[in-house]
Amino acid sequence: MEQKTVPLTMIVNGRRVTVQIESDELLVDVLRDRLDLIGTKIGCNEGECGACTVIMDGQAVLSCLIPAMRAQGRQVTTIEGLSDGDTLHPLQQAFVEHGAVQCGYCTPGFIMSAKALMDENQHPSRDEIKEAIAGNLCRCTGYVKIIEAIESVADQSH
Amino acid sequence: MWQSYEMPTSVEEALEALTRFDGRAQIIAGGTDLIIELQEGKHTVECLVDVTRIPGLDQIEQIDDWILIGPNVTFRQIKDSSLLQGQARVLAEAAASVGALQIQTVATLAGNVASALPAADGCVALLALDAEAQVTSVSGQYWHPVGELFLGPGKSSVDPTRQMITSIRFPSPQGRHGSAWERIGRRRALVLPILNCAVSVVLDIDSRSIEAAGIGLGPVAPVPFRARETEAFLAGKPATEETFVQAAQIAAAEAKPRTSVLRASKEYRTRVLQVLVRQGLGRAVDQAQARAT
Repeated sequence: MEQKTVPLTMIVNGRRVTVQIESDELLVDVLRDRLDLIGTKIGCNEGECGACTVIMDGQAVLSCLIPAMRAQGRQVTTIEGLSDGDTLHPLQQAFVEHGAVQCGYCTPGFIMSAKALMDENQHPSRDEIKEAIAGNLCRCTGYVKIIEAIESVADQSH
Repeated sequence: MWQSYEMPTSVEEALEALTRFDGRAQIIAGGTDLIIELQEGKHTVECLVDVTRIPGLDQIEQIDDWILIGPNVTFRQIKDSSLLQGQARVLAEAAASVGALQIQTVATLAGNVASALPAADGCVALLALDAEAQVTSVSGQYWHPVGELFLGPGKSSVDPTRQMITSIRFPSPQGRHGSAWERIGRRRALVLPILNCAVSVVLDIDSRSIEAAGIGLGPVAPVPFRARETEAFLAGKPATEETFVQAAQIAAAEAKPRTSVLRASKEYRTRVLQVLVRQGLGRAVDQAQARAT
């Protein structure tokens, strides 16, 4: 059936954007295909891998399970919203320095989960870090370097 | 997947939208099960009626002798609720074992009940608490025991094209009570359980024997399972390890876990189920006794 499009307005990475979408699009597809924010990845596309994690109204969510219309009027932050020009966000820098990136596919999701955690809790414990990233799967680096990278930022902000 | 998406701001508006679409629209809350089902083409729907913007439905409250949980309350809210950690720890712990944080942030307990999956952590915990759900439609509003809403795997008597769960409640535990959640899966996050087990107990006045117990188990039947024979056995028994061991055997006998390619063998699950029941009873009783001192 031919679908008519509807306007969706949200604040993406601090900027107000309005896009015409079909009402059954998912947030991940609007971000990637309509706004060209392809840093957010699609892994499993069924809520089991965390690659599509973005922050909506301060909380980490899986953008592959969020109907885009639900983001109407909401604040959405993607990996593209973290760096300041050419200067990486401390979490991004830490992932590079700690060798927490190999193929890189899961990285944006991990960083968004870590960012949501640290926005709420500047000095998370190792267990709190592990809980925050339990919904993100990595199949090459392993989790130790990722946890160390996040921990290093948590320590710096002491 | 659908042609229109509505975001009503009251229950009346939501029900009105369902009526307007006459069976071709359905309620969506967190949507973490529903979106996947729709993507898989398991069923089709013309309109989704998103209830997450209806104000006032995201409260956890104690009113008189009841604890009430609004239909938009997420697992994350439940996990973090100090009221529930104190009064119904089994539910707070079960909420923490659902999916992972990103899922807990959007998935709701009411949605868990409406989805009626046999392994549903929230549903299994609600059985042990003797919970009820309020189902609202244009023709009225009724409370039903949660266990009576489950018809089969993924089949609930709540019709999301005509009805909406508008509240979940259970009796606020009185006296020397305790509850605990046990779960085993292949890893700790993002997996369905091989088995889960919810226990709640109330002890008698001197904390030596069990006055009443509630036991929920999953997935051991087409729907979340309430171990009524085990509950009946426990009533009036001394709160001792020996009782817990016997209760665990009765639970295994009545639940009859089966071999599942996705999960594990019948033999393994039968043994693990007993461990979970025993541990759950032990922790729930410890909690109740600590409350008494």
